[in-house]
Amino acid sequence: MAFISNGSSIRVGQSSPHKLGLNSTQRVMSLLILATLPGLLAQIVFFGWGSLVNVLWCVLIALGCEALALTLRRRPVRSCLSDCSVAVAGVLLGLALPPFAPWWLSLVAVSFAVIIGKHLYGGLGQNPFNPAMLGYVLVLISFPQEMTAWLPPLGLEGHNNSLGDALSAIFGQGVDAVSMATPLDVLKENSSLTINELWQANPIFDGMAGRGWLWVNLAYLAGGLFLLWRKVFTWHAPVGMLAAITIMATLFWQGSGSDSHGSPMFHLLSGATMLGAFFIITDPVSGATSNRGRLIFGAGVGIIVYVIRAWGGYPDGVAFATLLMNMAAPTIDYYTQPRTYGHQRASKGLPKKD
Amino acid sequence: MMDNSAARIALNGLWKNNPALVQLLGLCPLLGVSSSVVNALGLGLATMLVVTGSNIAVSLIRRQVNDAIRLPVFVMIIAAFTTCIELLMQAYTYELYRILGIFIPLIVTNCVILGRADGFASRNPVLPSAFDGLMMGCGFAVILLLLGALREVVGQGTLFASMDLLFGPVASDWTITVIPNYKQFLFAILPPGAFVFMGFLIALKNSIDRRLEERRRGLTPEVSKESRRVRVTGDI
Repeated sequence: MAFISNGSSIRVGQSSPHKLGLNSTQRVMSLLILATLPGLLAQIVFFGWGSLVNVLWCVLIALGCEALALTLRRRPVRSCLSDCSVAVAGVLLGLALPPFAPWWLSLVAVSFAVIIGKHLYGGLGQNPFNPAMLGYVLVLISFPQEMTAWLPPLGLEGHNNSLGDALSAIFGQGVDAVSMATPLDVLKENSSLTINELWQANPIFDGMAGRGWLWVNLAYLAGGLFLLWRKVFTWHAPVGMLAAITIMATLFWQGSGSDSHGSPMFHLLSGATMLGAFFIITDPVSGATSNRGRLIFGAGVGIIVYVIRAWGGYPDGVAFATLLMNMAAPTIDYYTQPRTYGHQRASKGLPKKD
Repeated sequence: MMDNSAARIALNGLWKNNPALVQLLGLCPLLGVSSSVVNALGLGLATMLVVTGSNIAVSLIRRQVNDAIRLPVFVMIIAAFTTCIELLMQAYTYELYRILGIFIPLIVTNCVILGRADGFASRNPVLPSAFDGLMMGCGFAVILLLLGALREVVGQGTLFASMDLLFGPVASDWTITVIPNYKQFLFAILPPGAFVFMGFLIALKNSIDRRLEERRRGLTPEVSKESRRVRVTGDI
């Protein structure tokens, strides 16, 4: 077995490929964390300091659980911790959980994600499911009350936004923060009002996808484009997902009446669409491998997300959709295996007559 | 020739060939009703009675039944015993009967019971068969109980809640609150939680087995300090 060093020197006796990629796990993961910063910033601006406290707390738990699991499995702790992969899971969970999620909620979600979702399957690179989404779904089905308590975007009366409030809400007994439904919730529960009336009744949701949510999603979009530019992942999975959501939302829009499912723009820019498209379904481990496979994988996630939003039992469905498509990923890989270089499609049937 | 000593049958049923942990039979009731101790105990006892009774009956008629029609005959015997248990539960523990619901009639389809009837009772005399049924039922019930206790503690923070459904008013204050002011952890109460806990129980059993095996051989487990994967990146 040849050892490949992380430089340009190629040693004798090495097997192909000789061209080394720049993307080490550590670099990819650090870039991912860097790219979540605009989204995190937008969440802090619109939903208060809770998001930041949550992210830090989740990363702390993730590192702790990872160290514990590595020790139990007798693996080198420091080198595995320094590749930042577990920190990414922590950051993503911290961003996905409601800003004022109590500390034990994050603890349950993150420790489940790292220990059961990642290490029981064999550690980094072996997990069939996205660990962060496993942790998220676990707490979503276990604690529905806490998980639906999103704060109203900034600017509503009684909305507390200081760092101290966030800390006491998360780690203390919790202030009775004004919690309210997300735009997706409101649209789902609506049965009598037309869209215009609905947005008039809930003025903070006015605009394309609700104030706050719009900017958070745009910030994640920016982070995702940065990652695309740095070639951390290819465009296929995000484009597949966003295109599928756009098409589904256009087909089943049903205008602006009371049975409307919301405009395509609303679906693209609300909930966890952008976070999911660029940061979650692009996970190289649990997703499909080939480019065509990624396109199909992304489209599948998009379709399921829309189906859950429009007709399902939950207001948003990125986590469920990701897990369902994770299950399908091996099958997608099987049917989309690219031809090896230099080989042509096998000729079927009789050869052409001259 | 099978060794039919009592100790061997007991060891088989309770540990080596445990229907729940090793054979993984009867998973549907095992995962479906093990959300609390009282449910688990109720179904465990019912299953134990059915498997013991059917083993005795099958063993009694083992020379009369033709090989070709043995399975329908066994299933009818099992169904008869299940119906008896069902009627008994309806009479004495009606509330529990309502809670367990479809899982009582479903005892008929529990593979453990048909498996023991066909695999053991149809080839062995009455006494070993009865004992085998009892031990297999015990093995199943113990795991059911363990799973029920685990899920009740993690899911609701209590232990032995509403045991009066099974034991009458005497047991109405048996509830132990393990964790006061506990929020329900729905995952442990729902079936997915049962799968995870079941996996942990199987892992525990396997690791105990491996320890015992190593001790028997007089070997200490080899500890590798290194990463087992070959590193292909970073400085080497």
